[in-house]
Amino acid sequence: MRPIRSPFLRGCLASSPFVIVVVPFAVLFGVVATEAGLDLFQVMLFSFSVFAGASQFAAVQLMQDQAPVLIVLATSLAVNLRMVMYSVAMAPHLGAAPLGTRALMAYFLVDQSFAASQAEFEARPDQPLRDKVAFFFGSVTPIAPLWFVATFAGAAMGRAIPPEFALDFAVPITFLAIVAPMLRSLPHVVAAGVSIVAALVLVGLPYGAGLLVAAALAMTAGALTEVALERRAAR
Amino acid sequence: MKIDPATFWIVLPVLGLGTYLIRFSFLGMLGSRPLPGPLRRALRYTAVGILPGLVAPAVLWPPATGGAPDAARLAAACVTLAVGVATRSVIGAILAGGITLYTLLWLL
Repeated sequence: MRPIRSPFLRGCLASSPFVIVVVPFAVLFGVVATEAGLDLFQVMLFSFSVFAGASQFAAVQLMQDQAPVLIVLATSLAVNLRMVMYSVAMAPHLGAAPLGTRALMAYFLVDQSFAASQAEFEARPDQPLRDKVAFFFGSVTPIAPLWFVATFAGAAMGRAIPPEFALDFAVPITFLAIVAPMLRSLPHVVAAGVSIVAALVLVGLPYGAGLLVAAALAMTAGALTEVALERRAAR
Repeated sequence: MKIDPATFWIVLPVLGLGTYLIRFSFLGMLGSRPLPGPLRRALRYTAVGILPGLVAPAVLWPPATGGAPDAARLAAACVTLAVGVATRSVIGAILAGGITLYTLLWLL
């Protein structure tokens, strides 16, 4: 096979495996958001303007639980804070692009384009800026249109699904499935454990504030565990 | 319960804009400086720190059963987690959890 020269096409290829994850996830979001009472227009607007699956699920879940606006926002934005790291990691590679291009790339900086581009730029850091930008846009090309189309499909079929399908449990299963593969290091396991225990203990706190406290404790516990492991390794 | 439209119309623009600014932050700023170590460390644990806590109450006390613990949902959650850890496959874990849930709901 001839190696693919075009950086745009290489980007498309690199993120194409993620399609298997993105499509069912987006369909599920469409279904769950529709069941929660949003209409087709609201669901699509949500996917377009936020474009971050996990935080969209979190926001829908909390709004459905009638949590106050501030709690919904704080929790969903906290879910997206990991993208600060993506932004930091992409800056040395894409930061020299014109402002308009960077503003557009920021919108498309999702889990999948980050994962594909990070791997590419680490393997071949010396390619020209133009190629890196092309690769980045390539890596989001299979993802973004499918995310919107699949959300639409899910929203369109949402109302047709009867309660026996136990869709109430689709969000817990999806979130557990996202988190499970991350539990590969001790600090991650500690953070997840603290998150669960603290959220259960603090479930009685008003306005869903228990989750925010649990998240802060869990992140601190993960970071401290990491520091402790590093200290031990250094000795 | 259904989502309150007023809540939705406040959450939508703020969450959209906030998420965008998070993405734009360092990519948008000229001259990228590295994040301070402790902050970078804590950010690594945002997803594992929030998502398990978000679902834990719904796993133990599902609203669909009026808050009574439910064997099918509990088992489905455990299977999802176990398959996800073992295979590192998100889709595999969702499928395993869904199959467990439906099988047990049908049997019990």
